[in-house]
Amino acid sequence: MIPFDFEYYLPGSVEHAIQQFQNLDQQGKNPMYYGGGTEIISMARMANISTGAVIDIKDIPQCKVLEFQEDHLVIGAGVTLTQIHESNLYPLLAQAGARVADHTIQNKITLGGNLCGTIIYREAVLPLLLADSEVVLAGPVGCKTLPINQIFKERMQLNKGEFIVQVRTLQSFLSCPYVHVKRTKEDKIHYPLLTICAIQVGNQVRTAFSGVCDFPFRSQEMESELNNSSLTVEQRVDNAITITPGLIPSNLEGSAGYRKFILRNLLISILYTLEA
Amino acid sequence: MEQMLGEGLIELKVNGENRKALVRPADTLLYALRERLGLTGAKPGCENGDCGACTVLVDGWPIKSCLILAVEAVGHEVTTIEGLNNAPIQKAFVEKFAFQCGYCTPGFIMNCQGLINIHPDASDQVMHDWLQSNICRCTSYQEIGEAIKSVLHSSEA
Repeated sequence: MIPFDFEYYLPGSVEHAIQQFQNLDQQGKNPMYYGGGTEIISMARMANISTGAVIDIKDIPQCKVLEFQEDHLVIGAGVTLTQIHESNLYPLLAQAGARVADHTIQNKITLGGNLCGTIIYREAVLPLLLADSEVVLAGPVGCKTLPINQIFKERMQLNKGEFIVQVRTLQSFLSCPYVHVKRTKEDKIHYPLLTICAIQVGNQVRTAFSGVCDFPFRSQEMESELNNSSLTVEQRVDNAITITPGLIPSNLEGSAGYRKFILRNLLISILYTLEA
Repeated sequence: MEQMLGEGLIELKVNGENRKALVRPADTLLYALRERLGLTGAKPGCENGDCGACTVLVDGWPIKSCLILAVEAVGHEVTTIEGLNNAPIQKAFVEKFAFQCGYCTPGFIMNCQGLINIHPDASDQVMHDWLQSNICRCTSYQEIGEAIKSVLHSSEA
């Protein structure tokens, strides 16, 4: 049972949601936008978060779309990971989402919720970083569309009152050759020891990681090393893993040394696979 | 329901019937089903989305009722284990001895029923992916797998 009370709002438009957020904020209710709500409910139950009001975005039409609009695949923030998986419109995203938590929870977790979650892994962001997706944000100053590689720096950098409405991905990226690998400490259903997504665009390999650092990332510097064709695959990988954008952590999922060992072997395998 | 500001009555469609429940906006569907509607088939286990004992169907999809607010279920069709009327998967669980203590059984059966409804021709891989959402501490996994396989691909589903 959640040990405190909050109000529940279900706006039917982006404008209404923003208005409600501002009103509730002015009333000191510390409102939160609510997608699937799995993280909010579980953290609220443990009293790790507190809010006086949640604003459920799942009834906003723009947040429910999953369709092609001209040359973009548009996915609303309220679309569940299962809907993305079942549609298979972006196979890499479908596959990455299908390894977040478990299947039943994927029926509830939304794309927007996974991107904005506080749990450090946020694996659904990886395919979006690789495909240079765009994020449509709404907030008190209106709507704007930003490259995800600009707005996602360790986590979504949202201003107060903003929420993700949609994610747009160019259709040409959806069919790129790809690899998705997730390794866990024990069972299949677990936080990742590490997750790697990779795609090949032309003769260049792009890579994005979760579990390697305390945040998901795509590193241009690492990609430069991985694509340095003057070196062997093993040399490229050895160079790349020395320049991760943060410390490789030791935690319950595995030690830093073990992570590095797995990372090296997986990257070598991925490069051979994509370059074959 | 556009908003709910405090404890009040909501109308839920559960097992084909419209039922009124007095809940707070912060109450989960699991709480509403068990404590307000007397439907105790959905079991509280971890209440953290890990065990699956509280699984129900919402619009045909398995959902862990500890991770959905009761108010979110307004306007949707909720099915609990009490709503299955001697369904083939229930009979299969009995015939295959697919339980021991039985605490996880309603959650497993609801997940299986969702799979049978949505993917009646599910492959072993899909079946495996779906059923990994539930935990059986008595480890009846082999028998549970046999039970659902006996219903999948059959005209009885």
